[in-house]
Amino acid sequence: MSALSERPANPVVGQEIPHEAASLHVTGEALYTDDLAVRTHGILHAHPVQAPHAHARITRLDPSPALEVPGVVRVLTAEDVPGVNDAGVKHDEPLFPSEVMFFGHAVCWVLGETLEAARLGSLAVEVDYEPLPSLVTVHEAIEAGSFQGGQPHMERGDIEAGFAGAAHVYSGEFEFAGQEHFYLETHCSIALVDENGQIFVQSSTQHPTETQDIVAHVLGLPSHAVTVQCLRMGGGFGGKEMQPHGYAAIAALGSTLTGRPVRLRLNRTQDMTMSGKRHGFHAQWRVAFDDTGRLQALDATLTSDGGWSLDLSEPVLARALCHIDNAYWIPNVRVNGRIAKTHKTSQTAFRGFGGPQGMLVIEDILGRCAPQLGIDPIELRSRNFYVDGQSTPYGQPVRHPERVAICWEQVLTTGDVATRKADIAAYNASHEHSKRALAMTPVKFGISFNFTSFNQAGALVHVYKDGSVLITHGGTEMGQGLHTKMLQVAATTLGVPLSTVRLAPTRTDKVPNTSATAASSGADLNGGAVKDACEQIIERLRAVAAGRLGVHPADVRFSDGHVGKVGGGATVPWADLVNQAYFQRIQLWAAGFYRTEGLHWDSSAMHGSPFKYFSYGVAASEVEVDEFTGAYRLRQVDIVHDVGDSLSPLVDIGQVEGAFVQGAGWLTLEDLRWDESDRPSRGRLATQAASTYKLPSFSEMPEVFNVALLERAHEDGAVYGSKAVGEPPLMLAFSVREALREAAAAFGPAGTSVDLASPATPEAVFWAVQEARGGAEPPHMTAMVEGAPGVVPDQPGADAAPLRPRSEQAAQPARAGT
Amino acid sequence: MNGAPRALDGTDPSTTILDWLRAQGLTGAKEGCAEGECGACSIMVARPTEGSGTQWTAINACLVPVAALDGQEVVTSEGLGRPDALHPVQREMAVRGGSQCGYCTPGFICSMAAEYYREGRCAPTAATPDPSQNGHEPAATANDPGNAPDHEHGPNGFDLHALSGNLCRCTGYRPIRDAAYALGAPADDDPYAARLAAAPPAARATRLDGATGTYARPGDLTEALSLLADHPDAVLVAGATDWGVEVNIRGARTPFAIGIDRLPELRTLSVGDDSVEIGAALSLSEVERGLAGRVPLLDKMFPQFASRLIRNGATIGGNLGTGSPIGDTPPALLALEALVVLASADGEREVPLADYFTGYRQTVKREGELIRAVRIPLPLSEVTAFHKIAKRRFDDISSVAVGFALDLREGVVTKARIGLGGVAATPIRALATEAALEGRAWSADVVREAAAVMRAEGTPMDDHRASAAYRTATLGTALLKLHAETATQQEVGA
Ligand SMILES: Cc1cc2nc3c(=O)[nH]c(=O)nc-3n(C[C@H](O)[C@H](O)[C@H](O)COP(=O)(O)OP(=O)(O)OC[C@H]3O[C@@H](n4cnc5c(N)ncnc54)[C@H](O)[C@@H]3O)c2cc1C
Ligand code: FES
Ligand code: FES
Repeated sequence: MSALSERPANPVVGQEIPHEAASLHVTGEALYTDDLAVRTHGILHAHPVQAPHAHARITRLDPSPALEVPGVVRVLTAEDVPGVNDAGVKHDEPLFPSEVMFFGHAVCWVLGETLEAARLGSLAVEVDYEPLPSLVTVHEAIEAGSFQGGQPHMERGDIEAGFAGAAHVYSGEFEFAGQEHFYLETHCSIALVDENGQIFVQSSTQHPTETQDIVAHVLGLPSHAVTVQCLRMGGGFGGKEMQPHGYAAIAALGSTLTGRPVRLRLNRTQDMTMSGKRHGFHAQWRVAFDDTGRLQALDATLTSDGGWSLDLSEPVLARALCHIDNAYWIPNVRVNGRIAKTHKTSQTAFRGFGGPQGMLVIEDILGRCAPQLGIDPIELRSRNFYVDGQSTPYGQPVRHPERVAICWEQVLTTGDVATRKADIAAYNASHEHSKRALAMTPVKFGISFNFTSFNQAGALVHVYKDGSVLITHGGTEMGQGLHTKMLQVAATTLGVPLSTVRLAPTRTDKVPNTSATAASSGADLNGGAVKDACEQIIERLRAVAAGRLGVHPADVRFSDGHVGKVGGGATVPWADLVNQAYFQRIQLWAAGFYRTEGLHWDSSAMHGSPFKYFSYGVAASEVEVDEFTGAYRLRQVDIVHDVGDSLSPLVDIGQVEGAFVQGAGWLTLEDLRWDESDRPSRGRLATQAASTYKLPSFSEMPEVFNVALLERAHEDGAVYGSKAVGEPPLMLAFSVREALREAAAAFGPAGTSVDLASPATPEAVFWAVQEARGGAEPPHMTAMVEGAPGVVPDQPGADAAPLRPRSEQAAQPARAGT
Repeated sequence: MNGAPRALDGTDPSTTILDWLRAQGLTGAKEGCAEGECGACSIMVARPTEGSGTQWTAINACLVPVAALDGQEVVTSEGLGRPDALHPVQREMAVRGGSQCGYCTPGFICSMAAEYYREGRCAPTAATPDPSQNGHEPAATANDPGNAPDHEHGPNGFDLHALSGNLCRCTGYRPIRDAAYALGAPADDDPYAARLAAAPPAARATRLDGATGTYARPGDLTEALSLLADHPDAVLVAGATDWGVEVNIRGARTPFAIGIDRLPELRTLSVGDDSVEIGAALSLSEVERGLAGRVPLLDKMFPQFASRLIRNGATIGGNLGTGSPIGDTPPALLALEALVVLASADGEREVPLADYFTGYRQTVKREGELIRAVRIPLPLSEVTAFHKIAKRRFDDISSVAVGFALDLREGVVTKARIGLGGVAATPIRALATEAALEGRAWSADVVREAAAVMRAEGTPMDDHRASAAYRTATLGTALLKLHAETATQQEVGA
């Protein structure tokens, strides 16, 4: 056990406690950024003018009519920007564009005394556009050769040899949709000018430091003149990693120009039409199996739909490539990636960060091929699991691969899978019009930011004279329970009860230069930093206690608010010791720092060991499909997931369940539809509201939902033996999609392979059922082909740039993604 | 408001309860969508029961004009409890991990509290589920067979549909369900429970003038009709579930709104010998409770219509008032051969619903007229069904909706009435299909033939909800599904 991972006796970590703010949540007293508006005197409200074209040049913009509208205070345009007119980290996102790049692009912002005044003002602004040709679908972009950013290439083994000797070769194409974050709280920033021209921005941001950077960059100020605070978020899911910056900059700009506080809160339609989403992907693939169903080779080209600017598309794509193997050993691999540039919102981070997209490709391949191979999908998958000594296509040894097999066995047992499969077979034999199926899928997910530099964190821990403790760290709270875990870590390290510790909101003037709270790494990184700060204080107090108790410093033990000698005897209350230390002029606060050791990554070669460890999990899902409509129910889900030694079991189980349902939403229900027609509304997001973009509701919750955390799962490389949990369980939802595929196939003869669109809405399942029964091919699907040549994945042109995040170019500020 | 009066002076008809609450500093209720879909804005209002008491009723604060609350009683999450004195619903949600980001939580609390206090929710005999047994089904220990726990009801009688209008993006719902199913009965000294015995505040006639318009709530129908005659451009507001969306999403503003949701003449429900008459301003929840199963086809439709939150406001008058081709009551009411009772200052007339719709969002309703009631002739057909095709099972708009009402005599279809929604510019009767069934055997062959006829009814279109091909295909399978259900009584599909 490492010093980092070892737990003391009676630790507060590992206790099952509710979310630290639960009693504020349930009474409505928890404050979110927008709740501050009514508490801020004299606040102005911002409203955008959104362009009604997918692609156009702005030929005239006249804000003056808006100023005639009662209550309108100012219209913000490009001329007002004192610094750089850019809101992105790649310098490709003008804050006030001269060229409209997607339907709904904000061309300027109106400030009003009331939101209604700003809204009416925005209707009065006169803008002339010269429409330009647009690319809306990923196919159109591929055809037009419209790509952006680097084109990563990952290769291992001998791809042609892998295919040459194989017993079975299949190929196909697969296009699948992205996903709207639909955090319940939309983007919101409130900015005000403080004393001496300092800008204070409260923002619903997962990345306060980068929000600060962009605000400073737009205003032409040094970073020390800008402070960003995030109280908490009403959900983030990656959607507030990169996207809040521009809105914060608008609010800050408005505030500097008017001298008044400015509130910019997007309503749901604005949020959905302006902010980036999970990338949809297009994949071409070729796969080879030996005669026992073991994977021999995979050749694939992934094209992500990046939207109008790069944002985090490059690191998202890199992670997709790094996860195309999921939990499977594939000796010969060649995967190419490229980012389509389309006239859509700029797609961004979303829980899993490309990992889900990469893994969906291989799971879809296995699901489509299993019937052709004549192997039960459960068997086919487990036969291909990694075993000890194997490494990923990018060269990282797979540590603890047996955990997948352990989880798999446990789900087989606790989920009573064999019996239920027999029951399902009996049900299907006696039901003509409805069919059931059970599918199992594994998850292996790499933890750490791919880009090594981001794997660092800071914390500030104050112990006051009365013994009470206040902690701040660089991570943000968006519901994932990070603050709860950090309180537990601090209480454990200091040996005090949880009630002694309080946590203050995340602010850039408390802890600087933070990384985004993303990549599931929040607890690993910030926990390491909090622990470090607490240990510094403990070391100092140890000396004081040793003197007071008359023991050797190494024998002092801090536990549950008492300080005593290892092995028992008299103790001193924590508060007394602290007070004594103060009078001895001992520093009672500390800044903690943590960086993850042992990582290395070469993104141009797509090679290295970018991850500290892998998280594992397995899910089994059972569905029932109605022949007449394609409607289905999720009857039962059994999950075993590896979170290491859990820091906070209630929080972790909540993460697993929530991620699973969110993943199921992406794969089965949530339907982003852009207008692909040639009408003037081309490029408009047709599902831009909760009424048309359907999230999972209670009706999508599994009727029986059993989640267990893997036991004896200590992880040596992370704080108190825990593992990250935010993203990996999202991908457990592949089991739902595969179960739907198998249920649809059950309407056909044995051995039927069906293609299933993603999302697998009732309509998509309906078409899959038709296909199984020998009817038409589902629309929008390319049939799988057996044998060579089949589909041959596109190879990059000679001029394709390798993936080289800006942040790897030494001279550039480190700002690229996960 | 949470037990104390607050002034409503100077509010505009387009100011929603939610915006008003938040401007008052009551920021517990949140805006997640502003169109009645997410429930983050849910609050409780005191509404009448069928008897003489009060029912705490959860509604979407984002849709309803605050003026409609004049003289009413409202409770928000802040009113229910404080962090150091949690309400039982708040406590269960807090300790079971029912909140993660917490943004949806105050809304869930109000929806859950309303169900907690629902009259007739069965007595809490069940053991409280152990929170550590996170995934397991609550034990089926309720002793009331009518309220037997199933996948949508807890052992404590809690109906999950009470939460069908609340979305949570974080939790995956399981802990929220467990919190709901763990609730006992309100304590004897619970003030909100004690409140149930007395009547809610009477709806009083109101006129509120704001900067941009007026909200008037007339005292009776005569006054309403004369206001309508004087203000031909006035907008009638009943449950405001369509109107609120127009205001918030499409920027509709109205200079003169007439609140008709509390008009006594529009809130009657009577079951006579030859018809059932349903007041146009009763909420769908009230209709459901009031009919108590007497019109089985409507009973099948209600749970599929929006969410409980919406049904607590939405009215049949409003559903027909918009003339929408995708409303869910028309296919059911067409199959029931309902009549629309239209009232104006000149008197009343009755129009068969089949003749009511004249074009896309066009009806025979004249200026100065409002819908007072719908009348359903008796006797009812014995075989009825309501099929709704949508992406999501709870709270979604229909891609296709079908209402069936068939009479079978000795295996022969003696009468067939089929209403369709979502397949044409208006709701329509599937006349050709009806003809293909009537007088023929209810057999697989006949049904297959008639299903082919039904497949060709209407002129479905492609949109973001469904393709035309899917709409056509499911029209073609609806009758097959009904036949399979009636033939074997086997439960099919989702
Ligand atoms: C989230 C959500 C989900 C929904 N889901 C569904 C669904 O599943 N199925 C469905 O069918 N609908 C659905 N709707 C639509 C809506 O709830 C219904 O149309 C509802 O019946 C409208 O009733 P209301 O009383 O709220 O109408 P209001 O909004 O008050 O009024 C609607 C219109 O009808 C007019 N009107 C109201 N009452 C009368 C009257 N008595 N006489 C004449 N005109 C009148 C009004 O002037 C207005 O133009 C949904 C709406 C929302 C917001
Ligand atoms: S804000 Fe979403 S329902 Fe009211
Ligand atoms: S807890 Fe975040 S939306 Fe429900």
